[in-house]
Order: sequence, then C-alpha cells, then structure tokens
Amino acid sequence: MSALTALARAQAVAAGRAQPIATVRHLHVHDHPLVLIPLAMAGEANAPLAAMVGTSAEKPRLLVVSQPRDRDLRFAFFADLAEELLPYVESFATETEDVPIDRGKDVRLRYLDAPQIWLPNPGGIDFLRLLGRSTRFRTTDGEYPVPAGVPLLGRWLTFLTGTAEMPGSSMLLTAVQALGMHWATGQSSAEDAQFATQLAWIESGAEAAREAENGPAAGPATDPDFDNRVLAPLIERDDPELPEVLRELLLPTWERMWRTLALLRRLPAGERVPLRWDSDRDAYTAFAQYVAEGGAPQPRRDGAVAAAARLQRLENAAARYAVQRAFDDPLVLAEYRLTGSAFAGVVTLANPNRVDDSGKRPVLRPRIMVHTTEPVRMEAGTSLTSPARTAQKARVISVTPAGDGADVLLELSGGMGRKLVAEPGSVPEVGERLILTTLNEGFRPGGSFPDPENTPWTHGGPPQPPSPED
Amino acid sequence: MHDRLDQLRGDVKAKRHNARTIAALTGNPGCSRRAVLDAAGVDKLKLADRLGFPGSFGQSRFALSRGNAFEAMLKADDCELLRSVLGASPALRYQDLGADVFDDRHAQTVRVLADARAALIDHPLLTLDVAGQTVYLEPDLVAYAHEGRLQVVEIKSFAIVDDQAESAKVSAAAVQAAVYVLALRDLMERLGKDPMLVSHEVVLVCPENFSLNPKAVVLDVRKQMSTLRRQLSRLSSVSALIAALPPDVSFDVALEPADLVDALAHVEARYAPECLSACELSVYCRHEAAGGTAALGRTVREALGGIESVGEVLALAEGRQEPTEEQAEAAALLRAALRLRNEALALAAPSLAAPSLAGSSSAAPVEAGA
Repeated sequence: MSALTALARAQAVAAGRAQPIATVRHLHVHDHPLVLIPLAMAGEANAPLAAMVGTSAEKPRLLVVSQPRDRDLRFAFFADLAEELLPYVESFATETEDVPIDRGKDVRLRYLDAPQIWLPNPGGIDFLRLLGRSTRFRTTDGEYPVPAGVPLLGRWLTFLTGTAEMPGSSMLLTAVQALGMHWATGQSSAEDAQFATQLAWIESGAEAAREAENGPAAGPATDPDFDNRVLAPLIERDDPELPEVLRELLLPTWERMWRTLALLRRLPAGERVPLRWDSDRDAYTAFAQYVAEGGAPQPRRDGAVAAAARLQRLENAAARYAVQRAFDDPLVLAEYRLTGSAFAGVVTLANPNRVDDSGKRPVLRPRIMVHTTEPVRMEAGTSLTSPARTAQKARVISVTPAGDGADVLLELSGGMGRKLVAEPGSVPEVGERLILTTLNEGFRPGGSFPDPENTPWTHGGPPQPPSPED
Repeated sequence: MHDRLDQLRGDVKAKRHNARTIAALTGNPGCSRRAVLDAAGVDKLKLADRLGFPGSFGQSRFALSRGNAFEAMLKADDCELLRSVLGASPALRYQDLGADVFDDRHAQTVRVLADARAALIDHPLLTLDVAGQTVYLEPDLVAYAHEGRLQVVEIKSFAIVDDQAESAKVSAAAVQAAVYVLALRDLMERLGKDPMLVSHEVVLVCPENFSLNPKAVVLDVRKQMSTLRRQLSRLSSVSALIAALPPDVSFDVALEPADLVDALAHVEARYAPECLSACELSVYCRHEAAGGTAALGRTVREALGGIESVGEVLALAEGRQEPTEEQAEAAALLRAALRLRNEALALAAPSLAAPSLAGSSSAAPVEAGA
C-alpha cells in the first residue's frame, strides 16, 4: 500500500465517499463484454450450483443445477455454460490484420478483437480455473462420456484464467479488482473484497456500504445462513421454486456488474491501454489457432522449462505494466515521486544543439538544466526518462543544491531525429515543466531456456510423456 | 479465580475452547478483550447479538455433511480406507474413545495413550493449558501409534487437486494439528515419557481431485508449534488482566446492552480487519474502532506513518496540526503525499466528476454500433 493510496483511504473515511486513485482507466473495457456470475455448492470440490451469464444487461441467462451432487446434471450444466461461452469467445476469431514481425520482413496475423469476460471477484477466477481443470481432460466418448463442448470449454477456461494472472491483461477481469484499481474506499481491503459494499462506497457512500453488507453474496461461495435456511430445504424437496430463488439472489449482483462497467467507461482510457489489448489479441489469436488445429488440453502442471518461461513472461509483464501505468497517469507517477524514483522540475537552461565530437563521429547531445524542489535521489550517470518524451534518455551529469531545491544537469540522447540539429520540440525548452523518472519502457529481452527434452537434472530432467489416463 | 470467571460470564454454561478457537486466539494475541472473554467462556456470538452487532459465523450444512460423509467413508469397515491410505497394517487395533462419557474420556485417553504400542485411537480427549486454565480438546482426529511413536492424523474435506490445495485451508489445518501435537506432548510429559515420541509431522487426509478418494500428505508443523507456544505463553497474563478489572464488571449476556458496552470498555480490543473472519465480536469492535487507521488494515496504518486516527492524519497532511517530535517524519511524508495527490487530481479534474450520477443511471451497457 503506497502512502498516496493510504491517504486516499483516509480521505474516503473523512468524506464518507470513495476517492479516486487513478485519473485514467488502466484496463480495456470491451464494447461487448460477457458477464458471468458463478455460484458454487458449499463443501464440494468445484461443484457448480448456478450461474448468471450473458452479453446484455437486459437478458441474463440463468443456469441452475437442481441437484448439485448429481454428476449428470453437473455435466448438463457445463454443456449449457459451453453453449453460452464458446460462441462468444469464438465469435472474435473472424477478421484478421497483418502485424509486421522480424523488422518488417515478415507478417503474422492477428484477430481484430478478442473476448472479454467479467466476474465479480477473484474467487470467481479460482472457481473457473478448477472448472477448467475438471472438464478439459474429459472426452465425449469412452467410459464416462460428457456432452460435446465440455472439454473445449475446459480448455478455454484454462486459457482465460491463465491470462488473468498476466499483469495488464484484460480478457478475464473482476469487478472488485477493477474498481479497487481506480478508487480507494474508506474501509479495509479485506472488506473491499465484498463487491456490494465496495461499489456502494463509490456510488453512494459509507452508509449505503454498511447496508449492502448484509445483502446477498456475490459468489462463488454462498452465505452459510442462506444454505441452511433457504437452499437446503429447496434442494431436499426438489422444489421447482429453486431457479426463481437463485435468480433473485443473483440479480442484484448482475445489475452491479453492469453498473461497474458503466462507471469504468466514464473514465478516459490510458494512452497505453490499447497496446496491452494488442498483446491480449495476440494471445487470443495464438490460442484460437491452437484450438482450431486440435491442440491437446493444457497439462495439469507446467514442466520445468515451461514454468520458468511463464514466470519470466509474468515478471516482464508486471514490470511493463507498472511503467505504463505510471506514464499514463500522473496520479500513479506521483507515487514514484513520493518515494524518490521521480521528480518534477522546470527547465532553467537549455543548449539544444550541443554536439559531442569527442568520439569517432559527432553526435547530438543537448544538455538541459532542471530546477526542482523535490528530493532528488539519483546519482550522476543515472539514466532518466520523461513520460512526455519516452523515446529520449536523459543522463544525470550532476546534481547541485540550489536555493530551495537542486539543479540537475542532464544530457539528452535519442528521440530528436537523425540530424545533428534537434527536431523542433524534441528538446525541452526553458520554462517547460518536466517530470523525470528512473522508470523506462525499454525492451526487456526474454530469457533463453533449454528445450524441454534438455531439462537439466536439477529441474527434474526431461518431462515424462503423458500417461495414458491423462 | 474460577468464581471470578463465572461471575464475568454470568449464569450460563461456559463456551468450551477448541483447536479452532485456540488458533484464532493466537491470530491476534494482542487483543486483551478476546483473551478475557474466551478465558471466561463468554458466548461472544450471543454477546454481539445483544449489543446489536450480530456477525455471521455459521457453517453450511452442505459442507458439514460432505465432511461427515468423507470421514464416515474412511472409517467404515474397521477403517479399511484410512488404514490403506496411512499404510497401516490391518492387524492394527482401532479404538474409538468417542462413545465414552465426558468425565471418563480423558482418563481413558491417558490410559490408552500411555501404553499405546500400535493402534489407531479415535476421538481422544486431550487437555491443554491455555492462559492458566485447563482446556479440554475434542479433536475429530486419530492418533496413529506405530513403532512406539504417536502421529496426529487430521481428516479434512477440502480437495487436493493436482497436489495443490487452498493455502488458507491447509494452514488452518496445520495450526489445528499443531494444537493437538502440543496437547499430546504435554500429556506425554505428565506421564513421565519422552514428549518427542509425538511426531511433529502430522498426516492430513483429504479427498483427491474431484473424487472422494482419500489422499494422505505429511505436514511438518514445527513452525506452527513454535508460534503457538510463544503466543500461549504471552496469554498467561490474562489472569492479571482479569484481576485488574473492577469488581462489578460482568459480561453476562442477560445485562442491558448499555451496561455491556460499559463493561467492554474496561478490556481493550485490538481490532484489525482480519478479525471479521475470525471473531464473533468483530463487528462491534469495528464500530468502536471507526475513525482509526487500524480499522483500514495494518498496511494502510503503516503507510500513514503509524498515526492513530484518520482525523489526525488529515490534520497533519493539511498542516492544520503541529506534529510532535515523533510525528515529524510521518507528517512530512503526509504533506508531500497530499501535495502530489492534489496536483495530479487538479490536472485531470474534468474526467473525475463525482461518480454518484452513474449509480442512478440505467444499468444498460453502452452499445457501440452493431
């Protein structure tokens, strides 16, 4: 928790209303998202009780398992869910665009759009991950056949819940996390996990949040009291009222989901949000093609090499996401200023056409002096970036105390054109206000990993071929 | 002492401790209120109800019935399945102490465990010294004696899928099992035997994947045991806390709510948001802690420089209050944070209009051209 976010929480307590902690939206909100609210049966390992699903706020479809312990009914539920989800996720695998790769020598295809599924909370992601695990290895023939579509549903759910772990991905999102990224409430983060109270803090304030606390749970876990008083008698009697009871339970959350989407749409998208959606479309394209070619279900657990490669992709994505959010949003960048990894100042001197001819070839190396009143914790030689000119590097030459702050002398390189005279506007002018930070969007090379068949013995050696029961 | 505890509780039967409450007790050891109320055996759920701050602490009967079904399945046919998953010989004796009446059961447990060579001992009744009181524990567990050693076997109904289980559930099970290991070691010591005969490795038996097939995993609970031992030793001060209470203080749920509020004011609570899932009285304590930074969670409080109240945080940040010497550093940070926050929000003001209007608008999503 940064001091800025903590302060926003304190302000929210005092104001009785949630406070913004972002000035732009840091995630992609689809024009046609699919909303899914799963409900689980208490006690069972991943037994669904019901789900509300749909792509239109007016037309939710309710799926119910009237006897959650009945295996056939459970798989009928999976088949119904597949009937809703598969056409949606597959509907984006139509039109493609060319993306140049290998410095323009080649192109690859990318679908123009990708699916986006919204759940109320992270518990829903865990539920779908297990649901994917329990269905993707099933077969539609053999001893225990399952309805068509179920194994494919499992593969897609496994893929989507995997992308949800990727920082900055917007294909499988939760309302609680999306709201928590943009607003600080006056309650603890443990209480924010309750979707209804969190949204109430944002929409109406503290009092409404307290009232919402006793409302129906947003799933996937049901309230034990509801289980004992309402659900158990209905299931025991095989009561035809059950779907109606569950619809009433789920509808408030359903409406809150769409209100959350409307709230998020009101925020302007961050400049780099479309870049991250491009990555999502890449991932979607690759997986859709893999499925179309009849790819095998994802393994139960990644092998050593695949796990290491995945971890590195996650780390790179996390680093990239942190930098992009800071560059997109002055309020996020302010957190870095507070901790000393960024400072704001005004250009007091500029020598835009300074040329360094000490090397083999003369190069354009303008210098600027920036005066700041914020603490500067960077040493000479540190390379800085300004969010306004991300292609340009500013190397710290010296930091000297001056007046009520410090004068920072910087040498610029890059982002000024190819000539020995800087392109107009590419060098900050005297009087311009700048923010400089140690964050940079630089390319992070992927690691080199051995082929799976060359997995070293320290990591368990080459993976065994999948056993027949897999 | 006992009289005083009875007086604190009033004219009702004492709530008994179990491994779960002991584990919860050690979750927030700084809370004097919980320590005193639990020592006196006060029914906190009823107390919270009486105060008008009821909590929801039920267990779903679906979860209960599945847990019972799994356990019954393991113990059916002379524990056939349990033996096979533990790798125990079919010749091993099985003794269920659960049927005995309460008074004998502990004595019976002591007798059986004292000369246990090889046996599965079900439903033993153990004791543990908590805050100067003897607490009886009735674990649904099996002590597995083999080769002269005792091992705790804990049966849980959450699933282990692909060798992984929900970490919160595993750690809760490990803490509970650690309570039993401590109790068994205490018993061994009282019997004049080597306490190390009780293994620090406990066996957790859970359903595997999406079936009811059992799977046994071994957990090392040494870490949980040392935490528990440390926290239990700190709890011993509860007698001093009770002795220091004014003589007329009582938490009898028959009293008027206003009197109960007065009584509770004598024992300090240390509320944290984690209490909401662990303590029946938490909603009341949260109400009491409103306006404090602790109610927002430990990380928030730390990020705010440890300043206690929200009002003070804002006063320091806005420069309305002179910081004390201790607060100087925190105050400087808060002022800088507020300045940066206001600056960034001012830049983006138009896009951040109050979101309240959206709340009343229709729930329909924005439709982009079909």
